[in-house]
Parts: sequence; structure tokens; C-alpha cells
Amino acid sequence: MPKLTLNSKTYTQHEGDSVLTTLLANHVDIPYACQQGLCQSCLIRSPNQTPPPESQKWLQETQRARNFLLACQCHPTEDMELELDPNEQPFLTVSIVSTKPLSDDIIELIIKHPDNFDFHPGQFINLRRHDGLVRSYSIANCKKTDNTLELHIRKLSDGKFSEWAHQSLNTGDTIEMQGPFGDCFYIQSDPEQPLLLIGTGTGLAPLAGILYDALAQGHTGPIHLYHGSRDQAGLYWVEELSKLANTTHNFNYLPCLSGEEASSPFQSGRAHDEALSDFPDLKNHQIYLCGHPNMVKEAQRKAYLAGAPLHRILADAFTASDSK
Amino acid sequence: MSDSLYEKLGGEAAVDAAVDLFYRKVLADDRINNFFDGVDMAGQLAKQKAFLTMAFGGPNNYTGADLRTGHAHLVERGLNDSHFDAVVENLGATLTELGISDELIGEVVAVCEPTRNDILGK
Repeated sequence: MPKLTLNSKTYTQHEGDSVLTTLLANHVDIPYACQQGLCQSCLIRSPNQTPPPESQKWLQETQRARNFLLACQCHPTEDMELELDPNEQPFLTVSIVSTKPLSDDIIELIIKHPDNFDFHPGQFINLRRHDGLVRSYSIANCKKTDNTLELHIRKLSDGKFSEWAHQSLNTGDTIEMQGPFGDCFYIQSDPEQPLLLIGTGTGLAPLAGILYDALAQGHTGPIHLYHGSRDQAGLYWVEELSKLANTTHNFNYLPCLSGEEASSPFQSGRAHDEALSDFPDLKNHQIYLCGHPNMVKEAQRKAYLAGAPLHRILADAFTASDSK
Repeated sequence: MSDSLYEKLGGEAAVDAAVDLFYRKVLADDRINNFFDGVDMAGQLAKQKAFLTMAFGGPNNYTGADLRTGHAHLVERGLNDSHFDAVVENLGATLTELGISDELIGEVVAVCEPTRNDILGK
């Protein structure tokens, strides 16, 4: 009979039982509700194995790629390693390679990750200051041979972490890092599929990671990136991305300004309004939404109503911490 | 033995085919879509699937108490008979679009009707 391993304890899986039944019978504290694969309360993951297909039905493609499964729908025939809360990952000490300004209030922070760290560009990591303060930042670059990660940090007013990062972080300093997390990244299921990337502010960081990853993996379908902000000071990489769009036949870059009259290369309007009016039918698109939570929510609903299946709308809402 | 309503409608495949159509109609319906503001859409889609499975006469774990507690916060915000009717109307329109006969749609509506009082907290 197959064995389940969880937090270094082993449980025997009896025939006909689901993973959920086995864990509950062994008094493991696991959330669950409908037991029909609908409510997704019992979502867990395997750190190293592909779960049986029926346990991944109705999950996002990116969740499947990260070995997530619904415990109530999982009837493994082989031994499985499991983890309940993927957030229970250790923090690792890493060093700062460099920092440089991207705009008036955004810096690019480059850190060196450990050798065995694996990630998808667009996922996020947690950074922990020495006093324990934690914030999440998205990975804006593809895997590099020098093990570097590129993060974009916007200085928030009264932002405890971001102000400190802007003022005090320097080359050679150390910080703790945990991750990666998140399901908002590129998977090549159809290289010809049109991609629609919509972001505000430093939502550009994960979108850039997704864009570079898609291009590196040979995506041939059209890619449209709408980056929005109130004014020009809130946008960055305008020149770089314009250049990339000029030299990459399937990439289009549309910087949008919602708060001021715009002239070329900018267009007037909110990024998601512009994107959704340019693409009223999203049945065949893969959509990525990153940045302000209100934009993400509104755009998710509108994209769904424009025909995009929910599992093809990947979102990363940047919620500012209550304690900033 | 004759097929159950769930089997006649096409079982789980029919639920899968109906759920996006139905949820889009609900979200586009200004009479009721404000009740869905700010909800987690993926979680809500799963709930819609569970609801349709129930309405199609399929296997479900719904109890009157679940429906009562699950909708209590919406009743506080004014959920009433007209909203329940609007949801049933959207369900009917979804099934019509999928080519389901009026007779079977009538059966589906009849399955939903007994949940009215629990959902509206009466």
C-alpha cells in the first residue's frame, strides 16, 4: 500500500481512500469542506512529484505545474511526499548585488540567490529585514547563470520596509529571502496563443519576468503589454520596452497615462480600459494582471465577461500591508 | 428504470459546459451583480459549479443550514425574492442556450425552488 509522507511523518494510504481521508484519519489538521473537488479548501502540494490528474482537475495550469492537488480527489497508487502549507519554507540569507534607481520612487534591487533555488519569472519572494519585517516582491528576470534576482521596489509614503530599502540597502549587505510563491507566470501550452499583459506601477516587474520568459521560450503569438500609471513619473523602462517592441515582431508595448493628457508613445486612459477596448473578445487569450488590487479585480471580471476562461486569467494583486 | 434528471441533462460534462455561461450571465446582470463585488472569482466559480450540480439533481452535500449561513450576509445587504428569481431566470437562459428542452428546464427550476426560503433566510 502506498505511503504518504508529511512533515517527516508517514501514513499508510488504504485502497479506495483519498489523501484527505487518510490525513483526517490520522488526525492531521487539514482544512476541508465539500469533499467533491469543488471548494478547493483542501488544496495542498507535493514538493517533488506530479500528482494524479484527477486531483488537479479545475486547478490553474500554473498550480498544476507546481504540483498542487486537491487532497479529497487524490487517490495515489505510489508513495507521495506532501506539504500542507507551502508558505512554511525556510528563510535563507542572501546578499545584495546592487541597487539603482528606475524612476523617482522605484529602485531595482538585485540579490544573489542560493544555487538550489528554482523559480518561474513573475513569481514572488518574501524579503525579511533583520528585525523580522517581511515584504513580498516579484521576480522581474529570467534565470541567470550568475544566480541573480531582479526586484522592483516602490517607495510608499510611510512604507516601513520600502523607505528603509531605498535609503539603507547597499551592495554587500545581507537580507533573508523565502520563496518562490505565486501562480502568475508563463507556461508554454500554446506558443501561438495571444498574450495580454496588463499592469500598473511595479506590476511591471512580474510582467517583465513573464514577457522575457515567454520570448526566451520561443513564444510566437502576439504579446501586448499595457503598463499604466497616473503620470509619466510612475512609468519606467519606457525606452527599453519601446526599443524591444521595435525589434521584436510579436511584442507590442502600450504605456498608458490615466491622469494627464498623453502624447506619443503614451496613450490616455487606464491600462486595463485601453486593453479591454482594444480586445473585446478574449476567448483565446492568456491574460496576466499585476499591480493595484482594484485594477486587478476589475480587469479580472471584465476579461472573464469578455470571454476569457477564468483559468486563463492569472493575477497578482499587490496589496499594501496595513502596517505599510 | 428511467434516467435521473442529472443523467438526462448530461451529468458532469453538462455542468462544465453550463458553468461559465451561467456565471457570465450572473456577473453581467445589473440586478444582482453587486452581490458579487469583491468576491474571489475562482472560489465563486467552484461554488457556481456546486450550485449547478445541485440544480441538475446531481450528487451534492448542500444542506438547508449551509445555504442559510452562506447567504446570511447577503440577506443583510438586501437579498430578496426578486434576486432569487433573477438567478433562476439566468439559469433558465443558460440552459435554453445549451439547447435543453423547456420540460427539463422546468424540472431544474423545480429543484431550485425549495432552496428559496433557506437562501433568503425566511
